[in-house]
Amino acid sequence: MSNTAQNLFQFDTSTLVFALPEIFLLSSIVVILLIDVFLKKSFKNITYYLSQIAIFITALLSYSLIGNGEQIIFSGSFIHDDLAAIFKVAMMVASIVVLVYSRTYLNIHNLFKGEYFVLVLLAILGMMVMVSGYSLLTLYLGLEILSLSLYTLIAIARSRANAVEAGLKYFVLGAIASGLLLYGMSMIYGINGSLNISEIAQFASGASLQSSQQLILNFGLVFIVIGVAFKLGAVPFHNWVPDVYQGSPTSVTMFLSSVPKIAAVAMLIRLLIEGLGSLQDYWSDLFIALAILSIGVGSLVALMQSNIKRMLAYSTISHIGFILLGFATGTMTGYGSAVFYVFTYVLMSIAAFGVVILLNNKGFESELISDFKGLSKRSPWFALMMLIIMLSMAGIPPFIGFYSKFFILQQVVNSGFIELAIIAVIFAVISAYYYLQIIKSMYFDESDNTSPISSSMDTQLVLSINAVLILAVGLFPNYWMNIALSVF
Amino acid sequence: MKLLYLTIVLAPLIGSIFAGFLGNVLGRKATHSITILGVLISTVLSLYAFNYHVLEGNSAFNQNIYTWLAFGDLSISVGFLVDNLTAVMLVVVSFVSLMVHIYTIGYMHDDDGYTKFFSYISLFTFAMFMLVMSNNFMQLFFGWEAVGLVSYLLIGFWHHKESAVEANLKAFLVNRVGDLGFLLGIALVLMYFNTLDYAQVFNNVNNITGITIVDDWSLITTICILLFIGAMGKSAQVPLHVWLPGSMEGPTPISALIHAATMVTAGIFMVSRMSPLFELSETALTFVMIIGAITALFMGLLGIVQNDIKRVVAYSTLSQLGYMTVALGVSAYSVAIFHLMTHAFFKALLFLAAGSVIVAMHHEQDIRKMGGLKSKMPITYWTSLIGSLALIGFPGFAGFYSKDMIIEAVHYSQLPYADWVYFAVIAGVFITAFYSFRMFFMVFHGESRVDKHTESHLHESPWSITIPLIALAIPSAFIGFYTIEPMLFTGWLESAISIGPSHTSMEILKSHFISALELISHSIVTWPFWMMILGVITAWIFSLYRTEWADWIKNKFKGINYILESLYGFDRFNEIFFVNGFKRLGEFFWKVTDAGLIDKTLVNGSAKLAGFFGSLIRPIQTGFVYHYAFFMILSLLFILTWVLYSGENPLLGLPF
Repeated sequence: MSNTAQNLFQFDTSTLVFALPEIFLLSSIVVILLIDVFLKKSFKNITYYLSQIAIFITALLSYSLIGNGEQIIFSGSFIHDDLAAIFKVAMMVASIVVLVYSRTYLNIHNLFKGEYFVLVLLAILGMMVMVSGYSLLTLYLGLEILSLSLYTLIAIARSRANAVEAGLKYFVLGAIASGLLLYGMSMIYGINGSLNISEIAQFASGASLQSSQQLILNFGLVFIVIGVAFKLGAVPFHNWVPDVYQGSPTSVTMFLSSVPKIAAVAMLIRLLIEGLGSLQDYWSDLFIALAILSIGVGSLVALMQSNIKRMLAYSTISHIGFILLGFATGTMTGYGSAVFYVFTYVLMSIAAFGVVILLNNKGFESELISDFKGLSKRSPWFALMMLIIMLSMAGIPPFIGFYSKFFILQQVVNSGFIELAIIAVIFAVISAYYYLQIIKSMYFDESDNTSPISSSMDTQLVLSINAVLILAVGLFPNYWMNIALSVF
Repeated sequence: MKLLYLTIVLAPLIGSIFAGFLGNVLGRKATHSITILGVLISTVLSLYAFNYHVLEGNSAFNQNIYTWLAFGDLSISVGFLVDNLTAVMLVVVSFVSLMVHIYTIGYMHDDDGYTKFFSYISLFTFAMFMLVMSNNFMQLFFGWEAVGLVSYLLIGFWHHKESAVEANLKAFLVNRVGDLGFLLGIALVLMYFNTLDYAQVFNNVNNITGITIVDDWSLITTICILLFIGAMGKSAQVPLHVWLPGSMEGPTPISALIHAATMVTAGIFMVSRMSPLFELSETALTFVMIIGAITALFMGLLGIVQNDIKRVVAYSTLSQLGYMTVALGVSAYSVAIFHLMTHAFFKALLFLAAGSVIVAMHHEQDIRKMGGLKSKMPITYWTSLIGSLALIGFPGFAGFYSKDMIIEAVHYSQLPYADWVYFAVIAGVFITAFYSFRMFFMVFHGESRVDKHTESHLHESPWSITIPLIALAIPSAFIGFYTIEPMLFTGWLESAISIGPSHTSMEILKSHFISALELISHSIVTWPFWMMILGVITAWIFSLYRTEWADWIKNKFKGINYILESLYGFDRFNEIFFVNGFKRLGEFFWKVTDAGLIDKTLVNGSAKLAGFFGSLIRPIQTGFVYHYAFFMILSLLFILTWVLYSGENPLLGLPF
């Protein structure tokens, strides 16, 4: 594998091949941006297809690099390993699906612009850098590329007051979080004199650490954890999540709620497990607190929501709690379970927003849970898809959502935190209420609106595959779990 | 080989999926072609597997294909165990299934649910393969439930018929009783062996022989009886037999496939598979034998008073299942499997022939309204004759060998009450011959009682119906003769079955056996032969020669007739005791515990509590950026303080 890859790229900077996906995507962005400038408005579809192709080829490139072991290039600031490659493939696939779902929505709401797709591509590039970042600087750089693209994406519907408000809110709070993260990084850098993750790891695990050095290290750790927690949307750094989810155009919410979570988890792994793994005792405690708060607040507050996007926002918060719980166990299997969880979460979240966005395709923003009334009569197939998604999110077997929760809780119990598992399960039961509520209104409530949902063929197909996957992965959970475990 | 076994299992599943989801798009022809192709592939490969394992004598294949779940020490896998026993079952299941698939083309020709029906029977075939090829209890249970599900769906296939819906509900509920026992048995196995894998369980079986549970019940007996309760549900043994006659509400092809040849024999297969467990418990074996004998004798008696062509065959199935169960009880597992095989062929044949008659009669099933069909339907007539002769055990035909061997095995058995059971199975031979030929004569011979309109349309069924009949008639006639020796005495099944040293009936049977041909000539001096002849003659007298005698007896013995016609009152008892009892119990739970305690106090109470907390936290979400920022900074300060000052060795000392 490594030989063929090198044959492709026969000059002295042969290690560049490991950054090929990023290089390709960046070049594509430039080309697409240029092409888009010269396209008439009626040909904007071309930008869409070019973007999809670019993402697809990037995914293929990332995929072809799996199995090359660990390669650290660019003077130690960029890493290629299986974790990076698998995460990238997952992000690409998720992005492609998101864009498929978004297309009709963007057309109807007059957002089908070249900038939109270029910004999405830039966000993806930022996430790839995050996933492959091996120094504090590259990680931060990736995060900022992502964040800046997202701020703009949210506010791209300039005429809509709440979209602009959401963008601004996210920008202001995100800037504070970035500041905190950067502050933490500067402390780590200050104490050990290197930005490189492996050197930081070496330093932090050193036996000759003085107590003052330890103190500064922990200071830095707290700030970094908070930065990551903000990106993930964990309580108490979650305040932006519901407002931004609700205010953003639904297509952006769908993107925001799914793909960046993968990147944030990758950054978490790079910084806290690979970098500051020796401080695991400290950050585990923090994670447990954040996790329980997230699961609790996410489950309880979601009960009171009437807006589906807000409800899903709180549901995300509670899912994030489970992911953090997986990391808090501090075991390899625990990490693997968390990675498995984030993948399955993305699978379910995209599908859920996919159905929400279908409801929106009518030209008005329908965002209320009551809009699901009578869906089983209007469009029985989509109602069935939503049923699968909601049951899976609630964690009911044999759907995938059950196994992701199961693996996490299993690790939590194995690590001796039985009371944590009990609390998590109780909240999971409570959260089942609002998922089932949607099912109830789809199947048991009557609606005045009886017209079926119109949708394009590709959306229907992809959505069906997406929902069927939720079931299918649930039937073969171990195969996917082993993939998740293999990245460590 | 792994790929080959996977193909056997998956080919019908794929066919089923195509037929089920795309049936309406593909059309009838494509649907039946795809499903038949799938089953045909399975049949061919099953024959190959049979040749590979049984004839060439290669060792058994036992391998896990996929680990479905692993938690703690327990891993649940999908795996295949293919040994000689499985290979025999594979051939029987796939062949009968293939015949039924072909038959369905003709039988369901005018039905709206044509593609759905094909999807179901292919799905059934898949589930049955999963069941017989399983190498662990979990997959066995999966197959067990899956065949039950398809059976349920197919009994209620004509769901606009109220009786069909009632029947499938009944089948479903009665099987739940059996499955509960089965599941408890599996749970006990898991509890004491810590594994669900057959091989591991059977290897460690000696570790648990002495163990007793709850008030010195032998553990092994408890496990075996619980597992057997599962078999009683699925294989319709008294008192869990009540669902099988009702299942005749389903279309005839599935009566042949599911309720005669394959699914109902799953219990027999399961007990044979578990022979290492059952051999350790004399009590369980005696229990099995007695239940089997009761079923064999008393269910056969009911066949005499039935007038619905399918119900007669159904009661005969019950009785024959009883025979198989008796064979299991006396440790003659290979004889049970032998009878299972021959029975699968001739009973499927009888059902399909009955179906052929039903089609010709425009769905009239009452044998009192038939008669004299011999000349109109020659193929159906001759194949039915072969099937009936096989069923009653006429020397030379398949059923003769298998049934005779069961009777002999009982004869040599050392179990308590074996002499009573011997009497019951001999009496059963008379009864079998009587009801079989009563039906046969009433349908095909004598004067026609068919109404004029139907009579004018009466003709032989199309090829898709007659070909399966002929194909099944061949093994019904000959398979016993050719396979009795290798199957019972020269070790086809030896490797898959274990028999305890104290259970000698098989050995004695073996020492008495000379050849298949000799059995025929010897039969003239045996009880079963004369009982059978007597049965046929009696049937001839009552149904053709002096029909009025039947009425006379009916009037003379009103009491017995009443008992038989009310089916021993099982249904009424269930209705009064279980149905009403559970209704009352349910009402109690509903009104007092559910509505009062759970709904009002627990559910609504906790929901209110959760809502209360939710509304408590919600106001934090003010929507103002500066509130959010403030909240973030506050949380940061709190966390920082916590990290720095907490723990046994805080990083910072407290300032005071």
